Amino acid sequence: MAVSLTINGTAHSVDLPDDVPLLWVLRDEIGLTGTKFGCGIAACGACTVHIDGQAVRSCQVALADVWGQVTTIEGLGQPDNLAVIQQAWIDHQVAQCGYCQSGQIMNAAALLAETPAPTDDDIDAAMQGNLCRCGTYPRIRAAIKDAAQRLTEV
Amino acid sequence: MASFRKIARRTFLIGSAAIVGGVAFGVYQVRKDAPNPLVAQTGEAVLTPFVLLNQDGVTVIAPRAEMGQGVQTTLAALVAEEMDVAWEDITVLHGPPAQAYYNQALLGLALPFRHYADTDFRHSLRQGIGEVGKLLHLQVTGGSTSMKDGYERMRHAGASAREALKLAAAAQLGVAASELRTADSHVIAPDGTRIAYTALAEAVRDIELPEVALRPKSEWKYLGKSMPRLDMMAKTTGTAQFAGDVQLDGMKFATVRINPKRAGMVSYDDTAARAMAGIEAVIDLGDGIAVVASNTWLAMQAAEAVEIVWQDATYPADTAGMVAAITAAFDAAPDSTVRDDGDVTAEISGTEVVAEYTVPFLAHATMEPMNATALFSGDRLEIWTGNQAPVMTRDKCAAAAGIAPEAVTVHTTLMGGGFGRRGETDYSVQATRIAAALPGTPIRMTWTREEDMRHDFYRPAAMARFRGVVADGTAQLIDGKIAAPSVFRQSALRQMGQVPPGPDRAHVEGAADQPYGVPNFRITGHLADLSVPVGFWRSVAASFNGFFLDTFIDEMAHAAGSDPLQFRLALAAREHAPSAGVIRAVGEMCSWTGETPANIGRGVAFCHSFGTATAQVVEVEDTGRGIRINQCWIACDPGIALDPSIIEAQMVSGAIYGFSAAMQEEVTFTDGAADQGNFTDYDALRMHTTPRFDVRILETSAHLGGIGEPGTPTAMPALGNALFDLTGVRARELPLIKTFDLIL
Repeated sequence: MAVSLTINGTAHSVDLPDDVPLLWVLRDEIGLTGTKFGCGIAACGACTVHIDGQAVRSCQVALADVWGQVTTIEGLGQPDNLAVIQQAWIDHQVAQCGYCQSGQIMNAAALLAETPAPTDDDIDAAMQGNLCRCGTYPRIRAAIKDAAQRLTEV
Repeated sequence: MASFRKIARRTFLIGSAAIVGGVAFGVYQVRKDAPNPLVAQTGEAVLTPFVLLNQDGVTVIAPRAEMGQGVQTTLAALVAEEMDVAWEDITVLHGPPAQAYYNQALLGLALPFRHYADTDFRHSLRQGIGEVGKLLHLQVTGGSTSMKDGYERMRHAGASAREALKLAAAAQLGVAASELRTADSHVIAPDGTRIAYTALAEAVRDIELPEVALRPKSEWKYLGKSMPRLDMMAKTTGTAQFAGDVQLDGMKFATVRINPKRAGMVSYDDTAARAMAGIEAVIDLGDGIAVVASNTWLAMQAAEAVEIVWQDATYPADTAGMVAAITAAFDAAPDSTVRDDGDVTAEISGTEVVAEYTVPFLAHATMEPMNATALFSGDRLEIWTGNQAPVMTRDKCAAAAGIAPEAVTVHTTLMGGGFGRRGETDYSVQATRIAAALPGTPIRMTWTREEDMRHDFYRPAAMARFRGVVADGTAQLIDGKIAAPSVFRQSALRQMGQVPPGPDRAHVEGAADQPYGVPNFRITGHLADLSVPVGFWRSVAASFNGFFLDTFIDEMAHAAGSDPLQFRLALAAREHAPSAGVIRAVGEMCSWTGETPANIGRGVAFCHSFGTATAQVVEVEDTGRGIRINQCWIACDPGIALDPSIIEAQMVSGAIYGFSAAMQEEVTFTDGAADQGNFTDYDALRMHTTPRFDVRILETSAHLGGIGEPGTPTAMPALGNALFDLTGVRARELPLIKTFDLIL
């Protein structure tokens, strides 16, 4: 039976078994490939998206259990309409291979929504579920602080 | 910045039409070099194999692949510097498999000289032997060679293109080319008339490319500056295309389940799997199975449901058996004695130091598990694969599909991490075989994390036995033996089907080639007879030899009663000024005194690898709740800092990769299979465990060095040395979590 989902403001009807994780609905069915597969067990954060603004690991949310509006990296901001956090990422030249960055950015955006002026400890606590094998952490930290400042100045 | 629509369209053009034979051009014609694989479409000009010009702008065709190291940005900057292209007008794409893109610098690494001691003569010899790479079709991204390889070639391409554009404009304007200048993607006449490069695409097509002298460094505008990375926007907005992001009409999704004991199958039963939702096919791959489905996750579930009886491994079944095989290698005659200064058998008076070290197998664990997308049409194969070796990938995939290499189109996509893993062709061949079994159906194949972890070509486990003598506060003798399975031999067998003759010098890199003036200094290499799959892991043998030699140097410094930093500095100063320079610099950066508070430890390490001298100091703290790394200072000397921001990022990245391994990473084996399967048992540094970094780039080295790998070899010994300073306990085995209470 088809399941209805709202992703980045657009309604979709998905005809897949109920237990298919949201990650694989997004990537293979909807064609939103900005959300990445890294581990399949919520150990790396590469698949992080928002459901009603909350950061979730989309590899662990079954299609039938999606409880609200889904936002992916594509919905956060596009090249011609960047979110503040994305602009900070670019200004700090964060990405290397880039594979984990969608998840890092979605997680950071949720952190800033909840904690507008995060301390280093807040950043440590919120971001430690997001793995980066290139080791971009120092620039991620700097970009988060910078984005926090810009968001509170607005 | 070019629009994404534009990039996608050009990708299509190059990928689908332009990759056929062509004519030689410009700098390549002058040098009677490899032919240009690019063919100009209507309204386009191909200016060397590296520059494509059309109405939309300038596309730089990068001979090397982007796996995060920033290489395509700096390769584009090399072209743009000479060509006077405005930075926002540049698009960069990876080149097709072609002889024109061979890596001239890679084979130069194999010369029997210590890299740090390169005279101009030896440097030119390295470049000369690199020509052989052309014959071997050595289009490889690895060995931290991309800048060495591209430094002159890419600038010549830009300079020739610029002069050709001036000639085209001169013909239109009726003035001499020498009257014209170029800036911001325009040719500018003496009267101020500006002609955009894009408007000259048609006119420049038939102009023979002049070869011109390169601009002096003093005139550089882009090089030496931190340029905005050309891949940053895409990687920040989820629009970057990795191999698993390719979307094709009618595409199906596949995964594989291959024998974790790296042998074949006895039998399998896919009855249950075939009945599961969305399953299209189960394919026998000989050493395992592939499942094709309407969704990747459904394929993964079904692959798990296939009942398989595996053949046993041909190597020892567990870690203990493997370590025994490595230990046994010490008893055999050495494969190499690359360093043999003075006489290590002589009676030298002083304090003797003896130590044995052991390091484990390591996985690459790239964030993006192995994957590829392929379409087999019956007589042609098109494959999208993030890979470090396009020509080898093309040839292996052609063989797997039973077609000629010319019938294969390889799109080298961005890689979600490489670190050496994507120099292998196994995953591309698998995608090919699945696609070949279902002609006409595009297949996107994705490994699970567990497949990735258990089917790696591991950094080999390795051991070392060192004996040294110190007297008068310095090292008088070092005699080191290094035992491990050979990465180079295994890789040569896999990729070329044969092992080149001669000793395996790569096996002792990071030890035998170090710029330490020790009067009696020998390093022998011992190759273990062990067929566990091993491969190139970031910094390769320097990843273990750097730990072995530098930890031993630290032990000798303490035995000599010398300050560890001054001890290294004195040894390096005798041999190589840039190496002494980085040791001195890192000491200044951290205000090294040799003294620390009781709860703080500091360790220093040095390694010259891939042409770049690198020194690190690590500071650790006993917090009372465990030990953490507070800070890391790095000084490096790559000769010329082509892009300081990218170099800084690579030094930090390399160090984090090394710390991750040193602290906790280890692949062990039970019943022939790797025990580790996911990040829960093979983790790395994360935000809260990452120290603060401070990087200084020196530019005194005579020749350009690499930057992607040299940050790694020093990280492991620097951390171990810091922990010794803190605790008084010397860990001679990695990972360090076995010995210390580290905060993870």
